[in-house]
Amino acid sequence: MPVTPGRPRVGPRTGVRVGTALAACAALLATACSGTTRGEEDDEAGAADPAASADPSAPIEEGLSVAFLPKQVNNPYFTVANEGGRAAVEEFGGEYKETGPSEASASSQVSYINTLSQQQTDVIAIAANDPGAVCGALEGARSAGARVVTFDSDSDPGCRDLFVNQATAEGIARTQVELISEQIGGEGQIAVLSATPNATNQNAWIALMEEELEKPEHAGIELVTVAYGNDEDEKSFQETQGLLRSYPDLAGIVSPTTVGLAAAARYLSGTEYRGEVALTGLGTPNQMREFVADGTVEAFALWNPADLGHLAAWAGAALASGRITGAEGETFTAGDLGEFTIEADGTVVLGPPTVFTEENIDDYSF
Amino acid sequence: MAHDTLRARPRDPRAAGAGGGRAGALLRRWDTAVVLALVAVVVGAALLVDGFATGRNAEFLLLDAVAIGLVALPVTLIVVTGEIDLSVASTLGLCSAVMGQLWLSGWPLELIVPAAVALGAVLGAVNGLFVTGFGLPSLAVTIGTLAAYRGLAFVVLGDRAVADFPGDWTDAAISTVPGGALPWAMVATALLAAGFGVVLHATPFGRELFALGSNAEAARFSGVAVRRHKFWLFVACGAVSGLAGVYWTLRYASARADNGEGLELAVVAAVLLGGVSIFGGRGTLLGVCAGVLLLGALRNALQLADVPSDTLDIVTGSLLIVSVVAPNAVARLRARRTRARPPSGPGAPGAPAPGRRPSPAPPSGERNP
Repeated sequence: MPVTPGRPRVGPRTGVRVGTALAACAALLATACSGTTRGEEDDEAGAADPAASADPSAPIEEGLSVAFLPKQVNNPYFTVANEGGRAAVEEFGGEYKETGPSEASASSQVSYINTLSQQQTDVIAIAANDPGAVCGALEGARSAGARVVTFDSDSDPGCRDLFVNQATAEGIARTQVELISEQIGGEGQIAVLSATPNATNQNAWIALMEEELEKPEHAGIELVTVAYGNDEDEKSFQETQGLLRSYPDLAGIVSPTTVGLAAAARYLSGTEYRGEVALTGLGTPNQMREFVADGTVEAFALWNPADLGHLAAWAGAALASGRITGAEGETFTAGDLGEFTIEADGTVVLGPPTVFTEENIDDYSF
Repeated sequence: MAHDTLRARPRDPRAAGAGGGRAGALLRRWDTAVVLALVAVVVGAALLVDGFATGRNAEFLLLDAVAIGLVALPVTLIVVTGEIDLSVASTLGLCSAVMGQLWLSGWPLELIVPAAVALGAVLGAVNGLFVTGFGLPSLAVTIGTLAAYRGLAFVVLGDRAVADFPGDWTDAAISTVPGGALPWAMVATALLAAGFGVVLHATPFGRELFALGSNAEAARFSGVAVRRHKFWLFVACGAVSGLAGVYWTLRYASARADNGEGLELAVVAAVLLGGVSIFGGRGTLLGVCAGVLLLGALRNALQLADVPSDTLDIVTGSLLIVSVVAPNAVARLRARRTRARPPSGPGAPGAPAPGRRPSPAPPSGERNP
């Protein structure tokens, strides 16, 4: 299963669902996660005291054991992210390990977290399959002395030290609007090709794109419709065809999902619309390379998963070495990626998505 | 051929309840072998794998085994009758989703829990109705409901997760007996297992289940209420799957439509590894309990030894195949040896062992595929 920004399972990272989940979880945390009932955890809890003060000049500890726990092993997206993590761990001289379930179900990560906790792992970097289901196990691991960094998909905020977010919903929406606006010259009809009608993250991005389009500088752009390809290649292909038939004056299509973007590009590249109708969205360089080469797509975006893993590993090392505690406003350096500041709710944002064009696409392979 | 296989049967390593007083016969029994394998894995892992022999790890291992263990109990009884229920994990998921939805709509958990179990029983009754009422093969029926119940779960809850269950309930699901690494949930599972064990091995009903699995026609002629027995087994299986759904939801503090996805395979693996014949008619609940713990311990130890999850799946799958193939292979081997050295006198392998299978059904031939 390819990881696509459009699939709901892959990342409830934005929007309404996260909002409600967080609200719900806050309530849960107040009752369940904060006070554990298992006595033996409390003896070791001192190690994970969030009130400890940070020492920004503390050296990165040597030989930190860092484990990456993706949603699912053998998933190309997480393979790239974890490789970024491995590179970072080698930079600071730690021990890298990847572990995880072969299927991305809600609770499948729990026994792996428990195992890492048993193995006295210093840093756990996890992309949570479910914000709540991993919570108890993560709490246990923290009590046993581990520092927990979530990346790509957050757990309940109370169960981890930091969340490394690949991009904010606002950043994604703004980048999409900027890209399409540039490509159609700031004027004309556009359509969105989304995943499923109930994909929370997609809907959040689309809503923010609509807000962005209301700004005066985008007055010439009209969003005529949102089509749904259900993240299926065939359906997305047909929907693209349908869009062009229904809206003969269509100037551009935005598809913020990797499946949709690739299918739309395949359709356009085989028709007279190639180069005439602009296409952009979220996709992976490997998927889009040929369409950038043949002129169907000028530019598209996605965060770089390797950077995401890199940042997660450094964040974990900074935590485990006492450079940061996870409090808002603290800063730390993540190797070549530079300096990052911890924002509200213990979140670190990687930055705006990387824009891929003809010039830079060959620098990436994922 | 029938004669040869009949001769082999008393020495069949899966023969339940064989050779009461003889240590040799006891050792040859499949469930004894599974118990020994369990002990070997636990001792081996304790010596070789860092972090295995700790209270916390035992707690993790047992918590992970509860859901599989629960569902394996009724599935054992169903497989003994020669049927199967593959919809258990989807039943678990649907009950979990409904639990979440009811919680969202403001029901108290005191009502939700029995409602979830009752729903499980209803879902099991649907299976039972199709199998016994319409005479359809349970494999086909429960593969159908496997998909249908999972689909319904997504209709009920979508891809949402309901996580705001009260802390004292979710804590109760993972709490342990004071001072020990033994989760209360495992104590409850063990009690339920004892109950199922008594039903299967010490009641006329249980004996009739074995008879039914050996030869349904013969059992019917002997007056066994074949259809009614099977129907109620499916109802019980659904109810226990619902209960497992309640446990799952509270343990992970997360009601989701995809909860327990794929669990049916682990359950069937544990049941077969525990020595229940997939063709019905034989098996013990003790063997199944050992099978559940063996798979759990193996998984836990291999995870601690940093064996990748793909390899882990291969190990589980291989064990499953071995547990289906080995007893048949051993039986055939023995049959060949017996033929070479003709038996004499009473109690020899040729004669049916009295009391070995306390069933009203006449002995049937080895049910080779």
